[in-house]
Amino acid sequence: MEVLSTIKVPAKLEHLHALIDRVSNCAKEQGLSEKRVNEIEIAAEEALVNIFHYAYREQEGDVEVSCKAERGMRFIIEIVDRGMPFDPLAVPEPDTTLDVAERQIGGIGVLLIKKLMDDVTYKRDRNQNILRLVVNLKA
Amino acid sequence: MEITSRQEKNTTVVTVQGRIDAVTAPEFENYLSDLISKGGRSFIVNLSALEYISSAGLRSILATAKKLKAEQGDIKFSGLQGPVEEVFKISGFYSIFKIFDSDASALNNA
Repeated sequence: MEVLSTIKVPAKLEHLHALIDRVSNCAKEQGLSEKRVNEIEIAAEEALVNIFHYAYREQEGDVEVSCKAERGMRFIIEIVDRGMPFDPLAVPEPDTTLDVAERQIGGIGVLLIKKLMDDVTYKRDRNQNILRLVVNLKA
Repeated sequence: MEITSRQEKNTTVVTVQGRIDAVTAPEFENYLSDLISKGGRSFIVNLSALEYISSAGLRSILATAKKLKAEQGDIKFSGLQGPVEEVFKISGFYSIFKIFDSDASALNNA
């Protein structure tokens, strides 16, 4: 797997735009459509915002985002933090049929990641959360 | 993100352009909150020039809708397209909100 780009910054909301710009540029260089790039930006934002909010609680910590390509077949955004173990794939799906009064917002971010990406994997490796957002480059 | 609004009889039409993400969503929510505190109860939010929305944006929409519901107010959406429409569909917002092609058709549907 070829690493196209890596960026490591403190896991804070103020760095969101820098991280998303990097992911977006990598995705564009893979020749992905504007629509697909937009979907990748959304999925990456959802994953990052979860880390900003929950990974380090009151402490400081970094998040590292790498763009990778696999034999021209798959584009992968790998997001690594050293915070609390958190598997976003284990978050229960929200009930999307409830009305405005009943409806809760929790879980929509993860739902968007799952629906917009071709594949998503999570693993806890030593003290790291490693989340991979996978996009097929060929239909 | 750029937000503008205009008054059409008793309805405030809010047009939001650009991107509603985790950074800009609070500004969007505050903008609507201000209009509600000034007495606005009927809203149409035009999303035809919105390029991007994440769950942070959906969160601010839902918070606004809940606030309006408590005041017997109403919020409708017009001009959904592209990724914004897709996000509304995936999240179920397409079925819980009143969605119209244009401001005119939203205004006609009292």
